[in-house]
Amino acid sequence: MATKILMPQLGESVTEGTITKWLVKVGDKVKKYDPICEVITDKVNAEVPSSVSGTVTEIIAQEDETVPVGGPICYIEEEGSEASAPAKELAETSLNPVSAAPSTHTNQRYSPAVLKLANEHQIDLSQITGTGLGGRVTRKDILAFIEKGGTGATATEPSIQREAVQPVQPEQVQPTVSPTRSVPAPAPSISSSMPGDIEIPVTPIRKAIANRMLTSKHEAPHAWTMIEVDVTGLVQYRNQIKDDFKKKEGVNLTFLPFFIKAVVDAIKEYPILNSQWAGDRIIQKKEINISIAVATDEALFVPVIKNADEKNILGLARAIDDLARRTREGKLTQEDITGGTFTVNNTGSFGSVLSMPIINYPQAAILSIEAIVKRPVIYNNMIAIRDMVNLCLSLDHRILDGLVCGRFLQSIKEKIESIGPDTKLI
Amino acid sequence: MGARHIELGLSNEQVVEMYRIMYLARKVDERQWLLNRAGKLPFVISCQGQEAAQVGAAFALVKGKDYLCPYYRDAGVVLAMGMTARDQMLAAFAKAEDPNSGGRQMPGHFGSRKHNIMTQSSPTGTQIPHAVGFALAAKIEKKDFVSFVTLGEGTSNQGDFHEGLNFAGVHKLPVICMVENNKYAISVPLKKQLACESVADRAAAYGIPGITVDGNDPLEVYRVVKEARVRAITGHGPTLIEAVTYRLVPHSSDDDDRTYRSREEVETAKQKDPITLFRKYLLENGAINEEELTAIEERVIAEVDEATEYAERAPYPDPESTLKHVYA
Amino acid sequence: MAVISYIDAVTLAIREEMERDPRVFVVGEDVGVRGGVFRATNGLIEKFGEERVIDAPLAESAIVGVSIGAAAYGLRPIAEIQFADFIMPAVNQIVSEAAKIRYRSNNDWHCPLVIRAPYGGGVHGALYHSQSVEKMFAGTPGLKIVAPSTPYDVKGLLTAAIRDEDPVLFFEHKRLYRLIKGEVPETDYTIPIGKAEVKREGTDITVISYGLTLHFALQAAEALAEEGISAHILDLRTLYPLDKEAIIEAAVKTGKVLIIHEDNKEGGIGAEVSAIIAENCLFDLDAPIKRLCGPDVPAMPYSPPLEKFFMLNPEKVTNAMRELALF
Repeated sequence: MATKILMPQLGESVTEGTITKWLVKVGDKVKKYDPICEVITDKVNAEVPSSVSGTVTEIIAQEDETVPVGGPICYIEEEGSEASAPAKELAETSLNPVSAAPSTHTNQRYSPAVLKLANEHQIDLSQITGTGLGGRVTRKDILAFIEKGGTGATATEPSIQREAVQPVQPEQVQPTVSPTRSVPAPAPSISSSMPGDIEIPVTPIRKAIANRMLTSKHEAPHAWTMIEVDVTGLVQYRNQIKDDFKKKEGVNLTFLPFFIKAVVDAIKEYPILNSQWAGDRIIQKKEINISIAVATDEALFVPVIKNADEKNILGLARAIDDLARRTREGKLTQEDITGGTFTVNNTGSFGSVLSMPIINYPQAAILSIEAIVKRPVIYNNMIAIRDMVNLCLSLDHRILDGLVCGRFLQSIKEKIESIGPDTKLI
Repeated sequence: MGARHIELGLSNEQVVEMYRIMYLARKVDERQWLLNRAGKLPFVISCQGQEAAQVGAAFALVKGKDYLCPYYRDAGVVLAMGMTARDQMLAAFAKAEDPNSGGRQMPGHFGSRKHNIMTQSSPTGTQIPHAVGFALAAKIEKKDFVSFVTLGEGTSNQGDFHEGLNFAGVHKLPVICMVENNKYAISVPLKKQLACESVADRAAAYGIPGITVDGNDPLEVYRVVKEARVRAITGHGPTLIEAVTYRLVPHSSDDDDRTYRSREEVETAKQKDPITLFRKYLLENGAINEEELTAIEERVIAEVDEATEYAERAPYPDPESTLKHVYA
Repeated sequence: MAVISYIDAVTLAIREEMERDPRVFVVGEDVGVRGGVFRATNGLIEKFGEERVIDAPLAESAIVGVSIGAAAYGLRPIAEIQFADFIMPAVNQIVSEAAKIRYRSNNDWHCPLVIRAPYGGGVHGALYHSQSVEKMFAGTPGLKIVAPSTPYDVKGLLTAAIRDEDPVLFFEHKRLYRLIKGEVPETDYTIPIGKAEVKREGTDITVISYGLTLHFALQAAEALAEEGISAHILDLRTLYPLDKEAIIEAAVKTGKVLIIHEDNKEGGIGAEVSAIIAENCLFDLDAPIKRLCGPDVPAMPYSPPLEKFFMLNPEKVTNAMRELALF
């Protein structure tokens, strides 16, 4: 009984591999973990080890042949012991680490009536226990759910007996530093409220934000790095000119335009920071459209400064002012909030000194500018009080790695640290 | 010896009028064929050769009182009962003003409440029970009108012919049923239509008189229909009349009669064209002179010209009107 | 208010209209001296004479065709076809003629005709005395088709049909003739043709039916109420043209629809009702639209177990309703 050897997954996003060299031939005896062939993938070159001990009986994939992950490459006749077929390992990344009662999710077919009501009332259907055939969520169920204010699992008439469905245990939600970007719990849990709890309905905006956050975290493997920047020069400079600037231009001169300018210039040097993952390719965007986060009382909006590389400090200051104002007035258009290629988040305005922002999907990275604080640092081999700011970068590790990001941040640092009385605004 | 028409109680003026209508029917028909061959009319269904039977019969009825269920060839009947050449042409061109159906039906599907002409359909024979229904109404309301229904000899084989006449015979209803036997049902000749000798033979089955008459002689047809009418209104019930004629043209503009009958046969029949014969009768019997007759004929042609022009210029029905009149 | 049987409501409606309007008359086989084989025209010939209650020869095409002529003239004939199964010879007159008279004459002529016929099974009538024929005529513009289920509806709808200016096919379920009794007011009243009626309010499932099966549905609803299932029942009453608004409203009310009729399923009235619901109520449906109908065989047989198999009954209806409620 020969065991089929399959093309392994040699990288996180690898979908196939090409056999470059067979290290064994038919008839050769191999021990478990002996290398049997060399494979090249788009991420890595590797040797494929045998998963069993035995004799090679058949070579299926030839040299230079490309085989999809999980596809057969050869047969090895195992000696003696029972073969455990090295089945293709696909990690069961369940969103639900706690084993959920099967009936909550068995019948995911929702009728048009149920979907319509769920949509109208912003209900997460996984929260409702179905009393219909096979655990189906019926129109009655969702109507009862709505009537009860959108909480609780079951809503059936007592006279109809159904198998009792156990709701999933509520998960603890771990908040991170940035209050506007709480990482959602990995499991869609059913929380029940206690007397005294306040229930806030989920608005369509909140729901949309939640979905985006989830998608971003789910799709892009986030990595994070940061750099400290000495902005003493910038602070002094700005203090000097800000009043005149306000008088002359009519807009406030904050630190943000300076940072954005530095970011944009750094992007020009390292354009890979301005790209998107597209499955089988990475698209490096030509336009540099900087998304900036603007917080209002209800939500966080992310309007876009289009073609930021074509603007100087003044232009950026104006653009920021305009977008912020229109955000607060609720006058953002579809144009304003789409097309961003890189995001700059001014977390420092809340006093944060460190944050791990969530990438604005489908961009490649996001930079947060933390609060500028006076700190004692070593300056010219002496302790000095300097204005320091942390720049934190979250990156999509499919596209970017530490090296290029480090260089990118370094470039920004140099540009910011060189701001002084000679800096030109226009 | 008085002329035949005088003996029948018809004046010279009346028979001249008979002729005029026969001639009008013929000329309208001929004009329609012309327009069809010229590509202006999609469909023509003809009366040529049967005008005498139709007009003769119509003259025996009471205009505005009796009810008619004519079949598609009865241009002569409807013209005699008050419809006009213009009406015919409007129907031919399927214009909105067509009184029969507003352009909804093919030509030959007569209908006019004003003239007591029941709206007709295409399935043959269905009009016979309708005519019986009108006759029933006369009986129920104790009125002295009759209903007059015509059909071809082919249609006399339909179940409705049998059912209708039987019903009328049982209840002694005032209906006159005239079969215009023109020897062909499209291409199928008489021998393949009837198992019996003549259509009139069937009357016995319904307990009613069956009379065969020369359909090319309008006065003869007038005579028998008149007698049938008297029978009807005096409570003696229905009569079956078989007017034997000949169809001088193909069944319709979609038919090619060369495929089932010889040109000689048609030519022979043309020798007995009822219009020619009746014209001769009028002149020979001093009902009118040649000059006056020609003048009448010329006026008929002018009438046909005017009708054609009018109908050609008249507007089509509004397309959206397709949706109207399904229910009240 | 008098409580009378379904068939007495038929006789009553005809008699009252004949009294009120001298143009109304009855024609059909055995309608006169015999009073109709079901006695639907009982007593009429004695009251109105043989001129207005006419025993016709055995000829359905003539019965309808003659009535068409009389109606076109201006009388108000009520033609009886002895069993709906025997309407076939008259189809030509009904469909080619009656339905199209107004339309083809561009509103010059019209045909105010009523054709009555008993239909339906459960009387050991076998293939040719039990048929439902409504679907043969449904979807024929120009015709109206009525199939009442209660004595009250019979009187109101038959009166309306006689007064209607267009041809109406009036189908009476023969099993209901003496089975169902109900209150019928002594006053003159009509029920509009083309309007369905909610016979029972409910919240869990919607049942749409007519005729005998409507009564089964009502019965089943009573039983199911004890099980906590609330059925909303719509009586179509008019099968053509269908009351689209009422159908949609009833379907949307619960999102679960069961259409029931004795006639076989394929091409039946239920198919058109389903299409209306599918076209208009997609986002309110909580379950696929269901139809409970007779089996798709040519007609119901004579032998009792075979007839029983074909026919619907309260048990079959209850089961179907319950199943839908639990979906």
